Amino acid sequence: MTSTLTPVRKRSALTKGQLPKAAPYIVLAVALVLGAAILALIGFNAFGWGIVSAILFAAGLVGWSLVVEGSRKAKDKLATCLVVGSFLVALLPLFSVIWTVLVNGIPGLLDPGFLSTSMNGVTGAFDNKTVEEGAPLVGGIYHAFMGTLLITVLATIISVPVGLLTAIYLVEYGEDRPLARAITFFVDVMTGIPSIVAGLFAAAAFFAVVGPGTKTGAVAAVALSVLMIPVVVRSSEEMLKIVPNELREAAYALGVRKWRTILKVVLPTAISGIASGITLAIARVIGETAPILVTAGFATTINTNVFSGWMASLPTFIYTQILNPTSPSNPDPSSVRAWGAALVLIILVMLLNLGARLIARIFSPKTGR
Amino acid sequence: MSKRIDVKDLNVYYSKFLAVEGVNINIDAKSVTAFIGPSGCGKSTFLRTLNRMHEVIPGARVEGEVLLDGDNLYGPGVDPVTVRAQIGMVFQRPNPFPTMSIRDNVLAGVKLNNHKISKGEADVLVERSLQGANLWNEVKDRLAKPGSGLSGGQQQRLCIARAIAVEPQVILMDEPCSALDPISTLAIEDLINELKDQYTVVIVTHNMQQAARVSDKTAFFNIAGTGKPGKLIEYGDTPTIFSNPAEKATEDYVSGRFG
Repeated sequence: MTSTLTPVRKRSALTKGQLPKAAPYIVLAVALVLGAAILALIGFNAFGWGIVSAILFAAGLVGWSLVVEGSRKAKDKLATCLVVGSFLVALLPLFSVIWTVLVNGIPGLLDPGFLSTSMNGVTGAFDNKTVEEGAPLVGGIYHAFMGTLLITVLATIISVPVGLLTAIYLVEYGEDRPLARAITFFVDVMTGIPSIVAGLFAAAAFFAVVGPGTKTGAVAAVALSVLMIPVVVRSSEEMLKIVPNELREAAYALGVRKWRTILKVVLPTAISGIASGITLAIARVIGETAPILVTAGFATTINTNVFSGWMASLPTFIYTQILNPTSPSNPDPSSVRAWGAALVLIILVMLLNLGARLIARIFSPKTGR
Repeated sequence: MSKRIDVKDLNVYYSKFLAVEGVNINIDAKSVTAFIGPSGCGKSTFLRTLNRMHEVIPGARVEGEVLLDGDNLYGPGVDPVTVRAQIGMVFQRPNPFPTMSIRDNVLAGVKLNNHKISKGEADVLVERSLQGANLWNEVKDRLAKPGSGLSGGQQQRLCIARAIAVEPQVILMDEPCSALDPISTLAIEDLINELKDQYTVVIVTHNMQQAARVSDKTAFFNIAGTGKPGKLIEYGDTPTIFSNPAEKATEDYVSGRFG
């Protein structure tokens, strides 16, 4: 049998030199070993090892690529290294925070009664006993959890209608009128208000209207809505803007009134984005500490009435437990409680973000055939 | 179920800019009228004045009269929403409501206006409208699926079904086939031929063959130059416009010498 096949060549004429597929791994291994060696000379620490190894890895991979593959591929590798490096740098604090809170917070969270009891009647004597005699940790965050929940819900009830209606006015009726431009400007200004100022505003407003010393959950909710409203307006406005004009015109051409068009065509089309924007706005204010301290005060007992009495919340609970431990001589139990509360707060924010994604998926316009 | 439209000395403005000037035209009931002309000559702008849709654009206004069976659309106290309920519109790009199923899209005109309708009546209306838009056989098994899952041509016919479900007197079509392939275009053109038995149809098209195929009468619009207002140059029976136009500009345009 005669063969007319062209002889098999080692390399295609269309390619230049190529690094082996395992090249990044080889360079990484070498960089890690070299980095460890260098660090061993000047005193080892994990952080420095990571930095030195990363620099060595980038230099090694780019240099090798330059020799074998040419300058274009080397530049490509350099860019890849920079992008991945920046990504890791950005993620590092996040993972560090989550890791620290998890490690420190889980003991508090696992403590029986942590989620179901308040700090009512818990004194330094109990904490001293816990440390000195190994008695179980008493007290919990139920009051603070309920406070955070009620204050945030009330703030949401205040801000969502105001924010959403403002956004609807801006997008559907504003038409670049002076009023619309003024609102846009002041919403932008509101976005930049420091949270403590919002707290002082709410406190002062209630002092003036209701009476001096008014500190309730409702005041805190007003302070939080001052922070929430601009976020809700901004995100809803963006979402309403991307609803195609063609849909509005389609509805008008069917003889549908403007308000019905907004209510039944524009809002349903944008609802997924609006809902996730609202959820993110909630996540933004749920961790506010300063405005709650000046508006709702601090409580160790369960108070589920937002209209009377001081109220605890998770951020203020953390703050006071760290700053004024229940037992000044033995602050460890207080710090365990504070970390536990911090973990609960982070879990809450994460649940809200997951909820936002879920809402976006449920409400998003259906596709499929 | 169809009415005629008479337009008298209509000027259309966008703020201060005069977009279309001095249009006089009589559109017969139960006929297909095509508007042809080069891009930017004001055909679509003029079409949108026929059901007061141009007012949706801030600053747009008109002078003159548009009479629907003798009633001036721009008379004092006339509610544009009432006008649009009688004069339906199909747009250049198919725009079914993405949040609604095929069935709900057809019923949109009824449901969005909160008119109560029993399930039986709704079923009849959906079937009749989709039959009327030549879409029933293709979608009858998936009425609950989203309208955005259909092909472009099917979506456009869905939009036509949506427009005829509110039982208008007149249907305006703004280049309904410009985003569609030849097969879907053929389906829409067949449909236009059937629609004229019941409705007055006005269609804007860039495609002169299409105007020649579907319309009874043709109006040729032209523009003297950039920044000048568009004008109605000639209006007459389609065969006349295409074979023996009175105006030189019309002849140049339909014979492909410009535009």
